[in-house]
Amino acid sequence: MTRMSLLADDVAGKRFLAILAILCVVVPVANLLVPSDSALHLSTYTVTLLGKYLCYALLAIAADLVWGYLGILSLGHGAFFSLGGYAMGMYLMRQIGDRGVYGNPDLPDFMVFLNWSELPWFWSGFDQFWFAMLMVVLVPGVLAYIFGFLAFRSRVTGVYLSIMTQALTYALMLAFFRNEMGFGGNNGLTDFKDLLGFSLQSDATRVGLFMASALALALGYVLCRYIVQSRLGLVAVAVRDAESRTRFIGYRVEHAKLWIFTFSAVLAGIAGALYVPQVGIINPNEFSPLNSIELIVWVAVGGRATLIGAVVGAVAVNYGKTVLTAALPEVWLFVLGALFVIVTVYFPQGLVGLKSMMMRARA
Amino acid sequence: MSVLRKGRAGIYAALLHIALMLLFSPVHSALMPDEDIAVLKEGSYGDKSDLVISLPERPGAVSLLPVLQVMLDGDLYLSADEKLLSVTDAPADQYLIIDIDAGTESVVAEKGALKRVRINNSVRRILRRTIAQLQLRSDDVGVRLAAVKQIIDKVDTDSVAIIREYFPAEQDADVRDAMALVLAVGDLRSGDPALAEAAIETLSTSLEPVALNTLQDFSEDTDSTLLARQAEKAIEAIQGRVRVYENLETLYFGLSSGSVLVLAGIGLAITFGVMGVINMAHGELIMLGAYTTYVIQQLMPELIGISIIIAIPAAFLVSGLAGIIMERLVIRHLYGNPLETLLATFGISLILQQTVRTIFSPLNKSVITPDWMSGLLEVNSVLALTWNRLYIIVFCLIVFLALVFVMKKTPLGLQVRAVSQNRNMARAMGVRSQWVDALTFGLGSGIAGVAGVALSLITNVGPNLGQAYIIDSFMVVVFGGVGNLLGTLFAGMSLGVMNKVLEPSVGAVLAKILILVFIILFIQKRPQGLFPQRGRAAEG
Repeated sequence: MTRMSLLADDVAGKRFLAILAILCVVVPVANLLVPSDSALHLSTYTVTLLGKYLCYALLAIAADLVWGYLGILSLGHGAFFSLGGYAMGMYLMRQIGDRGVYGNPDLPDFMVFLNWSELPWFWSGFDQFWFAMLMVVLVPGVLAYIFGFLAFRSRVTGVYLSIMTQALTYALMLAFFRNEMGFGGNNGLTDFKDLLGFSLQSDATRVGLFMASALALALGYVLCRYIVQSRLGLVAVAVRDAESRTRFIGYRVEHAKLWIFTFSAVLAGIAGALYVPQVGIINPNEFSPLNSIELIVWVAVGGRATLIGAVVGAVAVNYGKTVLTAALPEVWLFVLGALFVIVTVYFPQGLVGLKSMMMRARA
Repeated sequence: MSVLRKGRAGIYAALLHIALMLLFSPVHSALMPDEDIAVLKEGSYGDKSDLVISLPERPGAVSLLPVLQVMLDGDLYLSADEKLLSVTDAPADQYLIIDIDAGTESVVAEKGALKRVRINNSVRRILRRTIAQLQLRSDDVGVRLAAVKQIIDKVDTDSVAIIREYFPAEQDADVRDAMALVLAVGDLRSGDPALAEAAIETLSTSLEPVALNTLQDFSEDTDSTLLARQAEKAIEAIQGRVRVYENLETLYFGLSSGSVLVLAGIGLAITFGVMGVINMAHGELIMLGAYTTYVIQQLMPELIGISIIIAIPAAFLVSGLAGIIMERLVIRHLYGNPLETLLATFGISLILQQTVRTIFSPLNKSVITPDWMSGLLEVNSVLALTWNRLYIIVFCLIVFLALVFVMKKTPLGLQVRAVSQNRNMARAMGVRSQWVDALTFGLGSGIAGVAGVALSLITNVGPNLGQAYIIDSFMVVVFGGVGNLLGTLFAGMSLGVMNKVLEPSVGAVLAKILILVFIILFIQKRPQGLFPQRGRAAEG
């Protein structure tokens, strides 16, 4: 399969990549070059918000890859997202240096507060950017690999697997809430100053992070599209639709599941790593089962097994959340709950499927 | 308003006083002659001590016990007309005054006119002794036993002497045993080797802390190696037994927290285990039950004791109805699609949470535990069982047995099992499968509501109550083996006990994490749970 043919039939994908490219030009110009009193100026708040949506979209793509194409409903993808975020957060913590409240050059503030005298071993290396980035990929990847290895080998499937992934993220949430864990307890990691020497407060850094998120999303999309169209992707769909039959034909079902699950976890981790510097905090609430399940609804709303639907769903639902939680905070959970019910009962194909449903109705 | 009320109460109290004075004057107190009252009023601490020491010699001294108790507490006052009063704090900065002679009560805002009977430590010591003596003379076995038990907490030479005085006359076996313990402590402390052996023997059978301490002191101080060895042996015996009781206590805590898990999970064992519906709103059905309890207590504030009993069927109906509505509106469209069911029911759980939050505010509500559920069952000085935990264990077993009965012995249970095993065949035999689905789901949901009643007594009732239990509930059901009620009971109990065993060494949160990890690993090893279904049901 050549590179050209990868997106040949994927009209929506091409449009999506084009939109991302346009955003990468328009957003920096509108934020940095257009004077702030102009009507065309884009505030830094909006840039960060858009960047956040892009991270969510990447996370949603990762979830769609395992749910839509592999048939594994992971209720723990928030855990991989958060672990990537924590790895990034630890790097950012180390970059604070002696500018913290206690001015300790070696220890983050919360450790000084807990009267710790030295850095725990698992924090070593996080002052190096490359090491932190390696961990962003490795920690979620290895966890997913081990979890998947055990689960897929013993053929835990369906709802059991979903509940176990939920238990996984729940256990991690409880663990990260503990101060003794050395990840800042329930306050998490925050008060970040700069990233690679660029101040996180400056507009240019924010725009840079936005562009990095857009790039990661574009790359993530292309990679997922590649996987989906490869032999591995075809096996994955076969596993989703008839696992036993695929196994009997002679495919190593566990291998296909394991690699796609692990890759998806890595994508989620990268999304988390890009998310944390933009929102400026990572705390154990990100592990909460609700977050992981909310991300499933993004995919469901957008339409599963389309990749592009995950992006649409993530942006649409989160935009709705931003608007509603500001205007009518009481109503948001009603809307989210109703979305779950309505989408699953009436629109199993999601927004993307709605279009084809309407086209079919017209024809 | 409150000033008015205070003023009025004051006037009434004054009128009462005048009335009483007119009636009883000049006799001051039937309990004590005037000269004793004078000592209490103006005498030195030494005079008071002499008076208290002399009291047991008088005939009918037992009737003075209430006065002495009040005096020991420092609450004894004399009114202007030299009546004995007990004065204690009452709500709203007032004082509750009890006339010890007449037994009349009144509430006043001022106690300036009353004279307090002051005591110091030496008077207090003598008071304790006199009270103990008088109590040991009581005809009531309970009072005598309580007196000895009180002495056991603080054995000194005085108290040993008193016990030695009353021991020969004592008839009741329990009281004698308790007394023998005090005497043995006294014997061993005296250091007399002739008495030591028997004393060690007596102490080794006791669980009281004082026995252990006395033995330890003795084994360190004694010159005789033989006696020291005996004492050490006795210490080991006591410690061994204490450990047994401590383990029993852990088991009890474990069983009670396991009962909570079973209660939370058993409804799910029906909806998930038997019907195969992944109901993520199960926790919210529990929450509805808890809120029902709260509402019922608000409706009948005077009947807190009964409200819990009434709440049980009410919660069953509320949650059961909610479940039937859920089933009819949403879930029945999704049979056969477990993952979609999971998402839709999760959506329902969010809606239920937000509904409750809108109606009752996001703040936690607390349900009042009725009096008959509080308190302790003291088995011995090491092991004390709280009644509310005991009730929860019993309640859990009742619910479990009732559910097993419904599933195994009633026509509904038969139909439920038939539908879950082979829907088409059951329909062919005339079972209305849709109706059975709705009722089964209602049954499972109702049980969740009943669990909510129990949970409302041990945790705060809030919109997030359900979320806290949903993962636990699924763990219990999956661990026990889906579709197996007995497995759910066993799994819940063993997880509860495991949790309590781990808790002291690693802390509550880590214990929970370890158990989650354990279950995750366990499911990898045995995906069908502890008690897998066998035969045809397993293939369905």
